[in-house]
Amino acid sequence: MTGTTRRDVLIGSGLFGAALMVPVAFGSSRSRAAGAPSLAGNTWLGVDAQGRVTLALPKTEMGQGILTTITMIAAEELAVRPVDVVVSIPDGDSVRFAPIDQGTGGSTSVREVWQPLREAGARARIALVNAGARQWGVPAAECDAHDGAVVHRPSGKVLAYAALVAAAAAAPLPTEAPVRPASAYAVIGKSHRRLDGDAKARGVAEYGIDVVVPGMKYAAISVSPIFGGKLAGVDEAAARAVQGVTGVIRGADVVYVVGDNTWAVRQGITAAKAQWTADAASTDTQQAGVIAAVAAALDKPGFVAATSGDLEAARVGAAHRFSATYTQPFLAHATMEPANCVAHVHDGQCEIWTGSQIPGDARKAAAKRLGLPLDKVTLHNRLMGGGFGRRLEADMVERCVDLAKQVPFPVKLIWSREEDMSHDWYRPAYADHIDIAIGADGKIAAWEHKIAGSSIMARLLGPAFKGVDDDAVEGAITPIYPARARKVTFQQQESLVPTSWWRGVGPLRSAFVMESAIDEVAHQVGADPIAFRLAHIEDPRARAVLEQARDKAGWGTAVAPGVGRGVAVIHLWDTYMAAVAEVTVDKDHQIAVKTVTVVVDCGQAVNPSGVAAQIDSGIIFGTAGALYGEVTIANGRVEQSNFHDYRVLRMNEAPVIHTTLIDNHEKPGGMGEPPNAVIFPALANAVFAATGKRLRNLPLQKGLEAG
Amino acid sequence: MAVTLTINGQRRDFDASPEMPLLWFLRDVAGLTGTKFGCAAGLCGACSVLMDGVRVFGCQTPVGDAVGKSITTIEGLTQQPLGKALVEAWNEVDVVQCGYCQPGQIVAAASLIATNPKPDDAAIDAGMSGNICRCGTYPRIRAAIHRAAQIHAGEPA
Repeated sequence: MTGTTRRDVLIGSGLFGAALMVPVAFGSSRSRAAGAPSLAGNTWLGVDAQGRVTLALPKTEMGQGILTTITMIAAEELAVRPVDVVVSIPDGDSVRFAPIDQGTGGSTSVREVWQPLREAGARARIALVNAGARQWGVPAAECDAHDGAVVHRPSGKVLAYAALVAAAAAAPLPTEAPVRPASAYAVIGKSHRRLDGDAKARGVAEYGIDVVVPGMKYAAISVSPIFGGKLAGVDEAAARAVQGVTGVIRGADVVYVVGDNTWAVRQGITAAKAQWTADAASTDTQQAGVIAAVAAALDKPGFVAATSGDLEAARVGAAHRFSATYTQPFLAHATMEPANCVAHVHDGQCEIWTGSQIPGDARKAAAKRLGLPLDKVTLHNRLMGGGFGRRLEADMVERCVDLAKQVPFPVKLIWSREEDMSHDWYRPAYADHIDIAIGADGKIAAWEHKIAGSSIMARLLGPAFKGVDDDAVEGAITPIYPARARKVTFQQQESLVPTSWWRGVGPLRSAFVMESAIDEVAHQVGADPIAFRLAHIEDPRARAVLEQARDKAGWGTAVAPGVGRGVAVIHLWDTYMAAVAEVTVDKDHQIAVKTVTVVVDCGQAVNPSGVAAQIDSGIIFGTAGALYGEVTIANGRVEQSNFHDYRVLRMNEAPVIHTTLIDNHEKPGGMGEPPNAVIFPALANAVFAATGKRLRNLPLQKGLEAG
Repeated sequence: MAVTLTINGQRRDFDASPEMPLLWFLRDVAGLTGTKFGCAAGLCGACSVLMDGVRVFGCQTPVGDAVGKSITTIEGLTQQPLGKALVEAWNEVDVVQCGYCQPGQIVAAASLIATNPKPDDAAIDAGMSGNICRCGTYPRIRAAIHRAAQIHAGEPA
């Protein structure tokens, strides 16, 4: 952890008693700072001289529970309790963690660290076991690690890691270090309470927004509300007249107000009444035009992402033919913790404190922005009050260092909710066209899927982008429904609206379209939606989650008028998931989600309680998105600003969620995103069941009210 | 100017504008960052604190309105029996995800249980729907409030 934190500022101030003042990064580990590992399993997992397992978290914690999950895996291999592991949230450092990417997205964390983490843990464990065996002069095969010690089974002799770590570190790391077999798991697969839960509940966990460094001032930001707009004027005198405001700093498309506290700079930025100019191409940008351009892009041939068989030939003699176009809107992330960053630029170096999903890349972005060598830039990462993909961008860091290089003190820059909402990097608006032919044999003969929208990968890849966005087409090119002929295409269509990752990313878009379409085909041929799916799905794990969801949800039992059940099943991010949503639609067309039954097979669940929490999370986050989520553009500006016009789910709207976890030892799948992807189509299908209205354009509530 | 406030049972003089919202006062002046900024519009509840035992939104409450009142933040609440029961229940049910909204949720739950020691689901909905959680911890918050009510009443699980 960094040396300059709130602790330095506040400990001993005595205002409210020291017990209330101790900041805790997470859990209780802050008070037991890790020593340098004496025995290194790799560059981020080791055992220190006191025999404590030390772990620098190779992925970032934004609420998904990865701090606990990764610690559990380390604890399993090193035969200690998870609470005994000393965990730290490391600085952004791409080299230290390579080939692991500190960047945390795409439901990749467990899948990416599962093997290297266990191998590193096993190396350290075997090194300790070997050291114990050498000390006792017994065969290593007679020894094992247990509860932070090495045990010689025949004699019952025990030596704690602390007594062995020096000897273990002095010897070469073992080349043969098998990981724990699933049959021996003591930690993995057993629900464990979150290690950061208590500190967060008590309000003593430190998020980026809570960071205080000595001499720090506060700043508010106003960026051009018009895409591409420039700053035309500021009432600097009015801003400076606010008590506590100490400075006004202008940029090409931005103004900052700096001062002694957040309240002063918030008043100051309002008083500054920034004026903006933009060309007509920006100010004439309207929602209808942006969306129409995306839909029109479907008429282009597109770039082929996947093709098999002869589409036209397969369509000959089709018994049924179905085609439809689906659209999905721009979405904001609306993390509870608004964008923020603390930075201090001085003496040719820069120190940054923030909560980032990409600490390594954000550090590089800051260095580039400042023209500094990477080794002169430090980024101290912090817990995040939600990520959902918002913190996969580094704009909050870039804006903050732009300001920090112009002031001689550290500065904390906080976005207002309105700035955060209207300057997000939005989930792209998409249009999909799908065309399915069912052959005379009842099998799917032809499946054509055209996708159009903004390409995030094109922005990131630059000239290396060849026309197909591999993220956008994910899921669409690996369907669970076999077809004799298939073609999937992608057509990029940009607008002024900046786009980026949003929980569920491309596969969420694919899932809504594919699981809506298969439901429509089932109804068209007069089949039960689950029976129809089962008639086509061959993968036994996909079948199993769907069959269990059917049985647990009471599928097929009578429901009252205005009530409907909808189903969806996915195999995405190496996880299988089926959901049955039960909704009611009242006479005023208001949709309420009553219950959601979820069955998941994510392979080996490391922490079943964490898996269930992610299901609650994705179902509720996704329900908000599917029912209400929409960012709209008028005159080149985002129209939404806060929670009154960007509706999210509240306690009284949250469904009851029944989750069943299929227990197995298959390779772990991702869990951050699948529930968010499965619920969108399940809800659309449930609204159809309740009302007979097929909604192909999200959000659902707006679609239903439009009639 | 100087204002005298009672925060977490301690009376102190502070140099602050009476118009400053309690949210920013607590975070920036008093150094109590458990009270969170979410919307500054009274829409999300992340800044909830207790004023004379009743939940208020810190972003909507000027410091001047708190003079002569007893302010309890999450840091103070969790030193009291009800706050301890809530944290124990939160931990038992494993509620927290990103955790950013949870201090506000626990403050709102304390206000609820203080007036309704055994809230049913409808009372929980009514008492808690002013607090937004983007991680979707609502089902576990509901369970934890039932459990906290038991713990606070001295009942077994």
